[in-house]
Amino acid sequence: MLALVITAHSAMAKLLIYYAHPGQAFSRANAAMAAAARDVAGITFVDLYADYPRHDIDVAREQQRLIEHDVIIFQFPLYWYSTPSLLKEWQDLVLQHGFAYGHEGDKLAGKTLQLALTAGGSRDAYTTDGYQQYPLRTFLTPLEQTARLCKMQFATPYVLYESLAADSENDIADHVSGYCELIAAIIDDRHDFAIAGHQGVVTHHDLTTKA
Amino acid sequence: MTEFLLLAFIFLVSGVIAVPIASRFGLGSVLGYLIAGIVISPLLHALNVDVISIQHFAEFGVVMMLFLVGLELEPAMLWAMRAKLLGLGGLQVGITTALVMLVAMAFGQPWTIALAIGLVLALSSTAIVLQTLNEKGLMKSDGGQSSFSVLLFQDIAVIPMLAFIPLLALPELMDVATESGAHGAAEDNHHGLNLNIVAGLQGWQAALVTAAAIAAVILGGTYLTRPIFRFIAMAGLRELFVATALLFVIGIALLMMVVGLSPALGTFLAGVVLANSEYRHELESDIDPFRGLLLGLFFITVGAGINFALLFGNFGIIIGMTLGLIAVKFAVLWALGRLFKLQGSNQWLFSLSLAQAGEFGFVLLSFTVANHVIPKPIADQLLLVVALSMLLTPALFIIYEKLIVPKFSAASDKPPDEVDEDGDIIIAGHGRFGGVVNRMLRATGYSTTVLDFSASHLEVLRSFGFKIFYGDATRADLLHAAGIEQAKLIVIAIDNREQINALVKHVRKHHPALPIIARAVDRRHVHELYAAGCHHIIRETFDSSVRTGRTAFELLGIHPFQAELLARKFTEDDRHILRAMAEVYDPDVPNHENPAYIEKSKGLMEKHEAQIFGKGKVYSASSDSGWMPPGKQDVETIEADHQGSLLR
Repeated sequence: MLALVITAHSAMAKLLIYYAHPGQAFSRANAAMAAAARDVAGITFVDLYADYPRHDIDVAREQQRLIEHDVIIFQFPLYWYSTPSLLKEWQDLVLQHGFAYGHEGDKLAGKTLQLALTAGGSRDAYTTDGYQQYPLRTFLTPLEQTARLCKMQFATPYVLYESLAADSENDIADHVSGYCELIAAIIDDRHDFAIAGHQGVVTHHDLTTKA
Repeated sequence: MTEFLLLAFIFLVSGVIAVPIASRFGLGSVLGYLIAGIVISPLLHALNVDVISIQHFAEFGVVMMLFLVGLELEPAMLWAMRAKLLGLGGLQVGITTALVMLVAMAFGQPWTIALAIGLVLALSSTAIVLQTLNEKGLMKSDGGQSSFSVLLFQDIAVIPMLAFIPLLALPELMDVATESGAHGAAEDNHHGLNLNIVAGLQGWQAALVTAAAIAAVILGGTYLTRPIFRFIAMAGLRELFVATALLFVIGIALLMMVVGLSPALGTFLAGVVLANSEYRHELESDIDPFRGLLLGLFFITVGAGINFALLFGNFGIIIGMTLGLIAVKFAVLWALGRLFKLQGSNQWLFSLSLAQAGEFGFVLLSFTVANHVIPKPIADQLLLVVALSMLLTPALFIIYEKLIVPKFSAASDKPPDEVDEDGDIIIAGHGRFGGVVNRMLRATGYSTTVLDFSASHLEVLRSFGFKIFYGDATRADLLHAAGIEQAKLIVIAIDNREQINALVKHVRKHHPALPIIARAVDRRHVHELYAAGCHHIIRETFDSSVRTGRTAFELLGIHPFQAELLARKFTEDDRHILRAMAEVYDPDVPNHENPAYIEKSKGLMEKHEAQIFGKGKVYSASSDSGWMPPGKQDVETIEADHQGSLLR
């Protein structure tokens, strides 16, 4: 019994969620996701805009947080094909050379970066024929390469398209439960980070059918 | 009484008229005083005024000046000067004495008289040279520092000279003197009272007493002055502090005279000891007016003391001797300047500035006559030479300024020699407000000079190594002493509203280019300061109040970032209103009689009423607009545009 507990414990991944959203009062999808994730036992949930309302990021504290966890989730709405500014500031400051990359910069090696983002455009918009002209993954290449340079695994991003048009009853609720499923699977170390999705991203459909 | 007032009136009038005129023509104040003295000399003669005894009194200005020079000179700086002081000073006195002695012997004087003349004429005028160097801002240059070293050495050298000169006494003069012996003795003790206690002691005893007196000055200056000055400062009476400062200088001068040392040297030492004190600037500004007046009086007496009858009787000889003396002294200084590696204009400054004889020459001459070393007729002529050479000194400085400086200023690529020893930033007031500002600036490596009127916490702060000085920051002379002319910025952090206004107005008027940051007590005070010409106004409690409001938002459950945005919006609106109102505020018209003010305030009230009275979710629309997501219409427009572009 004791041996079992130890095994089970060691198999659990330590999960750190960074939630970055400056306009939470207007958020539906991200607010619902955050509300669900916030209280999951055994994970660390950080509301970046609550921790650093004046963008005064405590670099040492953030680096310690990274060291103490195995899987890092960035949860954010896509703003101009990038993260909200505070999360960009966080990357600029926390992912220092000598810590995250470069000479002796191997503190994040072997960890995993999982994106959980919402996009206003539809799946069709993010195609060569759509008004965004490129698949969503193309806009995420800076983050993917950031993870690579930090010797981190870049997991297939978890995405909600048309987040502004999504209705709360069905689409958002499904996306939130898919998010919860993702979190639970990561904790239990049974999530396939390399899972192939449509055009390189996964939605709640992929997770609920395959999980 | 009437006589005293009349005399004071004559001296003051002559100075007040002559000095500004001389300054206007770029001749310097010293020449102005000298000319004033020459002009009033017939009048003084007619009134039977004892110019010489007034001069002895006015010499105390030199003592005060050396005290002030000492205040500017920290002990470490003095120690760094030791080579110049002994080498340059010693060689100047030695070589000049020898050369003048040779010349005098060549003119047939016996060696004893010749040596005495050499000693008398080797000295230069501390009063004129330091006054002029300070006035022209040359004190910190290499040339100025070298000149100062030599002058300091000379002041010290006077003491052994006074001991040595009686040994040169001539037997034949002694015989003459027996008849008029009483007169000589009276000349000797012109101060009337002989306080010297060392004279009767044996050599080692005298040395012991002298050492003890110097130790008393140094130790007293280091350990006693601070509690005494603090005690006086606690009384809060300005004139009491002035009195204490005067008492301090006079006391030391007296102590030095008692042990047979130069009072100038003693007060100089005391000044050096106090150079690190927080009361330095206050002492400086208290003593400075007395120094200025006494030195002015001294220069007037030099001018008035010129015996024109004697001068015109032997015009050629005396002018020749004067110019010869200046030439000899200049040559010696020029060679020494070369030896001590003074460059370019600094060598000229050094050589020209010290080429005259000095006020100690007067003292030594009367002393030599009294001790039967130099016959009276020769001494009278020498007296004229000394006075004339002093009279010509401003001309030498003019040569330096008009002929030498232009020659070198083009060639010199060295930065100016002016050392910025005061802080770049003046902080007036070091309480809860200014203290934080000071800590921030110093932590970033800026050099600050802090002025504060509260003596009680100054010492604690000084022990942290802050450059903090005691004094009322609203006084112009203290600001001057703190180096406001060189300052890059002044932060006014005192807490009295009227004093803040007065200081802002003063600085705006006299230093229009100096940026001011001023502390404001409330909104109305902001308007007053804005009208006074200060545009960097910080309300003392506004930022902390806004932060308190923001924390309240957070505790009421508003998201911290949202609370931050609300606080920013509030601050922006409030500042906008404040600035708009400040522009129409008129300090000379009450607000309720100022139509522009009333109109503006009505308009702003309507526009910002909600903000001012905090009704409901007034900030939401503006503060959140940046994070409001696009609507359905926006997405449709984007898609339509895209379809259109595909069709084209």
